[in-house]
Amino acid sequence: MTSDILLQMVIYLAAAVLCVPLAKKFRMGSVLGYLAAGMLIGPFGLGWVGDEGESIKHFAEFGVVVMLFLVGLELEPRRFWAMRGLVLGMGTAQVLATAAVLSGIGIAVGLDWKAAFAASLALAMSSTAMALQSLKEKGLMESVAGRQSFAILLFQDIAVIPILALLPLLAVHSGPTGAHGAGSPLDALPAWLRTIAVLAVIASVLAAGRWAVVPALRLVARTRLRELFIASSLLLVVGVAWLMQMVGLSPALGTFLAGLVLSGSEFRHELESDLEPFKGLLLGLFFIAVGASIDFGLIASMPLRIASWTLGVLLVKGVVLALLAWTAKSAIDQAVILSTGLSQVGEFAFVLVAFITGLGLVDPQLGALLVAVTALSMTISPVLGLLSEVLVLPRLLANPSKPERAPDNIDERNCVIIAGFSHFGSTVGRFLRANGIGITILDDDSAQVEFLRRMGFRAYYGDATRVDLLETAGAAEAAILVCAIGCPETTRTLVETARQHFPNLHLMVRVENRYEAYEYLREGIDTLYRETLHTSIQMGVDVLRKLGMPAHTAHRSGLGFLRHDERTMRTLAVHHGDTDAYIANVRKAIQLQEELIQSDLGHQPSLSDEAWDSDPLRKGFAKPTPNTEPPKG
Amino acid sequence: MRRVLLLFCHPRIEKSRANAALLRHRPREPWLTFRDLYELYPDFQIDVKEEQSLLLEHDVIVWQHPLYWYSSPPLLKQWIDCVLEFGWAYGPGGDRLKGKSVVNLLTTGGSAKAYSPEGHHRRTLKEFLHPFQRTTTLCHMNYLKPWALQGTLHLSPEGMDQAGDDYAAFLRTLAEGDLESLEMNE
Repeated sequence: MTSDILLQMVIYLAAAVLCVPLAKKFRMGSVLGYLAAGMLIGPFGLGWVGDEGESIKHFAEFGVVVMLFLVGLELEPRRFWAMRGLVLGMGTAQVLATAAVLSGIGIAVGLDWKAAFAASLALAMSSTAMALQSLKEKGLMESVAGRQSFAILLFQDIAVIPILALLPLLAVHSGPTGAHGAGSPLDALPAWLRTIAVLAVIASVLAAGRWAVVPALRLVARTRLRELFIASSLLLVVGVAWLMQMVGLSPALGTFLAGLVLSGSEFRHELESDLEPFKGLLLGLFFIAVGASIDFGLIASMPLRIASWTLGVLLVKGVVLALLAWTAKSAIDQAVILSTGLSQVGEFAFVLVAFITGLGLVDPQLGALLVAVTALSMTISPVLGLLSEVLVLPRLLANPSKPERAPDNIDERNCVIIAGFSHFGSTVGRFLRANGIGITILDDDSAQVEFLRRMGFRAYYGDATRVDLLETAGAAEAAILVCAIGCPETTRTLVETARQHFPNLHLMVRVENRYEAYEYLREGIDTLYRETLHTSIQMGVDVLRKLGMPAHTAHRSGLGFLRHDERTMRTLAVHHGDTDAYIANVRKAIQLQEELIQSDLGHQPSLSDEAWDSDPLRKGFAKPTPNTEPPKG
Repeated sequence: MRRVLLLFCHPRIEKSRANAALLRHRPREPWLTFRDLYELYPDFQIDVKEEQSLLLEHDVIVWQHPLYWYSSPPLLKQWIDCVLEFGWAYGPGGDRLKGKSVVNLLTTGGSAKAYSPEGHHRRTLKEFLHPFQRTTTLCHMNYLKPWALQGTLHLSPEGMDQAGDDYAAFLRTLAEGDLESLEMNE
C-alpha cells in the first residue's frame, strides 16, 4: 500500500517535473504543462493512473479552496470596496449575458429549459486558478484586462454560493445534493433554521477571524517555530472549509471570507507565503487530475458534438467578454487579453455539474459531456492565450501596452522596505514617515509588529530573509531595501537573498562594525551604516565642546573625521580583501586598529584647514603694500 | 534705555584677534543681549522662532562680523534668509520689525584708506554693505552707519585695546544715545 502511494507520488511528481518546464520552455504557461502531464499519465494516455484520478481531483480541489483564501488575503476590504463597481458591474454582466446566450442555444438544440439554464450557469464560470496563474506569469495583473479579469473572477467565485442555493428551486425533486452539499447534518433541519445556522456560521467565521485567529496566531508566532505557524495556517484554512461544508456552503467562499478578514492583519504576508507552496502544489495536482480525467473514450464516441460544444462555449464566452471590454472602452489588446483569458470553463463547473446532476436537472450523460467540455476548454484556453500572445497581440500594437498601474495599489507597494524594526530600524522608519515616504516594515517579533500596527505603521510579521515574504512585501517593485536587522548573520542572508532575487533593489545595510563593512565593500555593496560610528563621533564632538572648542569648529572637525573614516574604511577594505576570518583573529584586529590610527595621524582637521584663519594672511602681507591688500580680514 | 541685540558671527573665533579683543570689552549689562551664532548653530540649523522672538524683544540689532570677500560669513546670510520671513519681516503684513534699528559692526583686515574710490578696493565700505541696507529698508527698519575696526592685520595689541573701548562706547550709544544722527539714508 505504502509503496503504491509512493509510486503514485513518483508518477505525478515526475510528470509535473517533466511537463511543466517543457511547457514553460515553449512559453505555454505551467497550467498547460500540468494538463498535458495529466493526459500523459491518465487512463487514456499511458494509463499509469486510473480511477483514483477522480479522488485525487477531489482532494486537489482543496487547492482551489486555498487559492480563494489567498485571493481574499490579497484583497484588503478597502481595495475590495474600491473595486465593488467593477466586480458587480462586469461580473454580473458576464455571468448573466453568458448564461442567457448559452441557455438560448441549449433550448434551441432541444434541451429542457431548466437543464439548459443550469448547465449554462455552470459553463459561464471561468477558471480563477488558470486565469490568475497565467495573468501573474505574464505580469498582467495590474493591466486593465488584469483588473477586469480579477473582478469578474471574484464575482463568479462569490456567485457560486447563491447559485448553489437557488438551483435546488429549479429541481423537480429535492434529491441528494452534489459534491459540496453532501452529507450536511443541517439537512435534517427545517429550512428557516438552516438559514439561521448558515448565517451564524458565516458571522462566526468573520468574528473569529477578527478576534480569535489573530491573537492565536500571535501566540503561535511567539514560539518562533516556523512549522507550527504553517500548521496553524493550514488548520485555519482546513477548519473554515470544514465548517462551511458542514452547513452546506462552499468551502471556497468561506475561506475567501476568512482571507478577507485576515487581510488587514499583520500576519497577512506570513500566511500568504506559508500557504503559497501548498496552493501551487495542490493546484498543479488539480490540473493534472483534470487532464487525467478527460474521457477520450466519450470524446471519441461523439467527436463532432463535443468539439462543436467546446468551441461554441469558448466562442460565446469570448465574444461576451470582448463586448464587455468594448463597453468598458478598453483598448483592443486589453479586450483580446480579457476574452482569451477568461473564455475557458472553470473548476467550479466541475462542482456545479456534479451538483445539478445530483439534483436531476441534467441527465448523467449530459453531465459527462459538460465535464468533458470543461476539461477540454481548460486545455484549449492556454493554447488560445499563447496564440493570441504570439500572433494577435504583436499585430495589434507595435509596442505591447505597458501595464497601467491601478491608483489604489500604489500605497500597497511602498517604495521602501525596512527589514528589522528594533530601535535602529524604527528610527529610520519614523524619520522616513515624517518625510512622507511610504514604508513597509518586516519584523520577526510579533509583539513588536502588533505594537507598530497600533501606532499606525504598515508592519508585517515574518522572517525577512525568505524570498516569498520579500516577494509579497513588494520587493520586486520597491526601490530600496533598508536592512536594519541587528543580527549580522541574518543580515548576511538577507543581503544575499535580496541580491540574487531582486536585483532592482538598492540595498542599504546596517553593519555592526568596520570588519563587517569590509566584507560587503568587497562584494560591491557601498551604502553601509556602521551602528555606532555617528554616535561615537558626535560624542567626541561634544567632548571637544565641553573642553572649550567653539561649537562650529568641533562640528566641522567631526564631519571631517567622518569623511576621513569612511575613506579609510574603503582603502583598508581593498587592503584586507584577501584575508579570511579576520574578525576572529585578534592579532589581525589589533593590526587593523594600528593602521587606522596611523592613517588618522595624516588627518589633522585643525591644521589642514585654513579657512577663516588670518595667521597666513598676516604672514603673507607682513609688509603692507597698497596694491596687494587682501579682501579678507 | 533701548535694548540691544548683539548677533555675533565669526566662524572661527579661536583664530580671531580683532573680534576676540572687541568681545573682551563687551559691556555685560542687562540691556545688551549677546548671541554667538556659530556657537548656537554649529550645523546652520537656525531656530527661526527663537530668533524672531528675540528680535521682537529688542530695539537695536547689531550684526557683528569680520568682512570676508566683501560680505559677512555665511551663517549671517543664512540667518537673514531664514529669520526675516516673508509676511513677517517684509511683504504683505510683514511689519513686525518696523521702527527698529540695525547696524553692521565689522572688522576689516585692510585699512580704511583701502576702502575708498581711490583705494585698493575701489569702493567704500558703505557701498559694499549696500545689500544689508536694502534688506533692512525692505523690513521697515532704520539702517545706521556701519561701525568698523579697520586695518586689523597690522593692529598692535594696544591698538586693539583702544578699539575695544571705542566699541563699548558705541554699543552704549546704541542703547542710550541719539540714533537719528547715526541713520544713513539711501
